[in-house]
Amino acid sequence: MDIALATDWATIRALVRRSANELIRVPGAAVPGVLAPTIFFLGLTAVFGNLTLLPGFTTGSYASFMVPVSMLQGAGFTGAAMGVNLARDIELGLFDRFLASPAPRWVLLTGLVLSAAIRSFIPATFVFLIALAVGAHLPGPGGLIVTYLCVVGTATIAACWSATIALRFKTQSAAPLMQTVMLALVLCTTAYAPQELLTGWLATAAEYNPFTQVVDAARQGFVGGVTWEGTWPAFAVIAALTALLGALALRGMRRTAY
Amino acid sequence: MKGSVAVVAELGRRSIRQTFRRPQLIAPLLVIPTLLLAVQAAGAGRAIDLPGFPPVESFFDFLLAGAMLQSALLAGNSGGIALAIDIEMGFTDRLLAAPIPRFAIVAGRLAGTAAMGAVTAVWFLAIGLIFGVRIEEGLLGALLMIALVTLAALSFGTLGAALALRSGSASVVQGTFPLVFVILFLSTAFFPADLLLEPARTIARFNPLSFIAEAVRDPVISVFSARELLEGLAGIVLVGAAGLALCSLALRRRLRLG
Repeated sequence: MDIALATDWATIRALVRRSANELIRVPGAAVPGVLAPTIFFLGLTAVFGNLTLLPGFTTGSYASFMVPVSMLQGAGFTGAAMGVNLARDIELGLFDRFLASPAPRWVLLTGLVLSAAIRSFIPATFVFLIALAVGAHLPGPGGLIVTYLCVVGTATIAACWSATIALRFKTQSAAPLMQTVMLALVLCTTAYAPQELLTGWLATAAEYNPFTQVVDAARQGFVGGVTWEGTWPAFAVIAALTALLGALALRGMRRTAY
Repeated sequence: MKGSVAVVAELGRRSIRQTFRRPQLIAPLLVIPTLLLAVQAAGAGRAIDLPGFPPVESFFDFLLAGAMLQSALLAGNSGGIALAIDIEMGFTDRLLAAPIPRFAIVAGRLAGTAAMGAVTAVWFLAIGLIFGVRIEEGLLGALLMIALVTLAALSFGTLGAALALRSGSASVVQGTFPLVFVILFLSTAFFPADLLLEPARTIARFNPLSFIAEAVRDPVISVFSARELLEGLAGIVLVGAAGLALCSLALRRRLRLG
């Protein structure tokens, strides 16, 4: 392997390890990211569970319908938490030291984003296991792989977005902006009901929100079979949003003076 | 007595000024419940077609009270955080050393929480009216809703204040944020009790928040009912009394331990 590339990879691994160390040393740091999607999953299932009685609902189990949404929500919160940690590092001056190092900006961003993507497995798996415990349908291996790829993709998008915000505002006070936008992106889709049953503005918003493709793809294995036609648009959306938001984050990083 | 009232009024003014000077304190009370109201009303809008759903013009009409109470609960949590920050910064210690009644410390903070409750009630009423909600009981009904939400925020604020006095830590109070949603999901704030899934259905029948939600909702969806109002007020008094008792215990403990 090229020496420069090997050094870059070692830097990325070091950033991922630093993020893992935080989890090992402060396990409580992962609790809010796990708790929120779990509470939403259990709460929304208990409240809106009877929506499946409506004609046109695609499954008889609202838990199965809702679990991928909560897994994606957990991934969104994990990505946003990475942005809050980055803002904290900027406030404390630690990030200035990273910027002063010979590591290229894209390496720093990749390390941060990869950390979030890996950490997103924690809330997603916790919600998934809770869902199975309350009777959600167990998807096949194909469905599960697609769901987890969507989870990782969502965490990547959220991490790029929250990094852009952290680099723009340079304060942890910007956390609500990181979290709320991700929450809106996930919820303004077919999160609560199939497209045919949505009403008002949300029916239009969900139709045009590209993230609806990700929610629908992640849900496939829980409510039916997995198809390539139902999967590739989600991967295209994840790739496009990652490219767009990643470029914005990188631009923010390049503009950040040290 | 006159002196006590003056102290409470002054601390209350400080608390209100502090709240409105920090948009980050009031923004989450409005943004998240507004987002959830908009998404849930359209996402689960067809719920009104379910057999057993009370007769309403739209699901938005039904949900409005839930959004108001969600905000009131968050106001209670936010007021607790502000009191905990006062404790962390030593301001409360100075008040404890001052020749003022101890209850004024809590009452002053609760005045700020009640003000936040009133603001959120007006906000949601305005949103409701803009989006076509018709309040069956007219102006008096609207004023009754504002009064009930303000009292509910005051009553939830006592729980936030008790937690702040007991823990003395803003992050601990902030950590109870997800509990707000647990309490909401286990009540009739978002859905009629008969259509909730078990065990939420049973818990909701005894949850004081359900009674408060029904009282706030009543002027919107039906004609005035003294029974709903009295049950709602009883719920508010019950929560408030429990919160004040916990505040008293926590304050005594704080004074004993120094």
